[in-house]
Amino acid sequence: MLGLIGKKVGMTQVFDENEDLTTITVIQAGPCPVVQVKTAENDGYHALKVAFEETRAQRVSKPAGGITEKAGIAPHKVLKEFRLDGDSEHSVGDVLNVEVFESGDPIDVSSRSKGRGFAGGVKRHGFKGGPKTHGQSDRHRAPGSIGQSSTPSRVMKGMRMAGHMGDRNVTVRGLSVFSVNVEKNLVLVRGSVPGGRGATVVIRKRSN
Amino acid sequence: MDAILEAVGASQIKDVPDFSAGDTVRVHQRVIEGEKERIQIFEGVVMQRRGAGMSETFTVRKISAGGVGVERIYPLNSPRIAKIECPRRGKVRRSRITYLRERRGRAARIQEER
Repeated sequence: MLGLIGKKVGMTQVFDENEDLTTITVIQAGPCPVVQVKTAENDGYHALKVAFEETRAQRVSKPAGGITEKAGIAPHKVLKEFRLDGDSEHSVGDVLNVEVFESGDPIDVSSRSKGRGFAGGVKRHGFKGGPKTHGQSDRHRAPGSIGQSSTPSRVMKGMRMAGHMGDRNVTVRGLSVFSVNVEKNLVLVRGSVPGGRGATVVIRKRSN
Repeated sequence: MDAILEAVGASQIKDVPDFSAGDTVRVHQRVIEGEKERIQIFEGVVMQRRGAGMSETFTVRKISAGGVGVERIYPLNSPRIAKIECPRRGKVRRSRITYLRERRGRAARIQEER
């Protein structure tokens, strides 16, 4: 579905129409020029490739720069495709802005989550850790048993353990648009969105 | 980026009278009961103000009938607050006067600031 590329500005609170304080994430999204229209005949599927955030030519890779150059558009930092069900009503050179969203629209938001480094089981998988008292030592954040004994004499594949956490692409589904500010290219989303401030985020409309 | 964030809620920020911990305030709260709307006044001592911008809140404590302490936390910019009055300014030496909870009666008095 159609969407936009943006940048997470941060979170704040506003009062909604019921006068309740609502937590929102502010995303500066678009304007995103269309650089390529993919069609089933040509590419095997329908999609719209859009760009975000203008930059200098030496900042982008040659393939990425080639795409924008072919479209007659200045080099952009981010290129993303949005799959479509059928032919697009947009053509190369059209600029998508926050007007594609309306207040109340259901959306999915993808971004790169904050890196947590090498994290233990308690933080990474929500393990309980050991007892804090009753003579326990060195067990407070230990993962506990990781399997049986001589049968099977190995640790099962996929056993949840400590390891690298975060810094991966995360999509939060079923968020909703609180409001849209066309002048400042802002989308206010109810709730939280992965990534830190300044993270590149992709907002997609949900089909339902 | 912070400027953008501040601008988002700027239109909802209200003009509130200047008050701080130790002051006595009367909060005129709009209460919506079904179709009807009325004003309820909650008067007590401000225990603290916390947060900034849109998220700023303040805590008001009063001793209700029966001697039970009641604390309410209000969002400072809430549209449900019709008016905040500050009839008395208190002289306190800290910004959060949570010690009020341990005190009763005469010990819980706060000197008025001249």
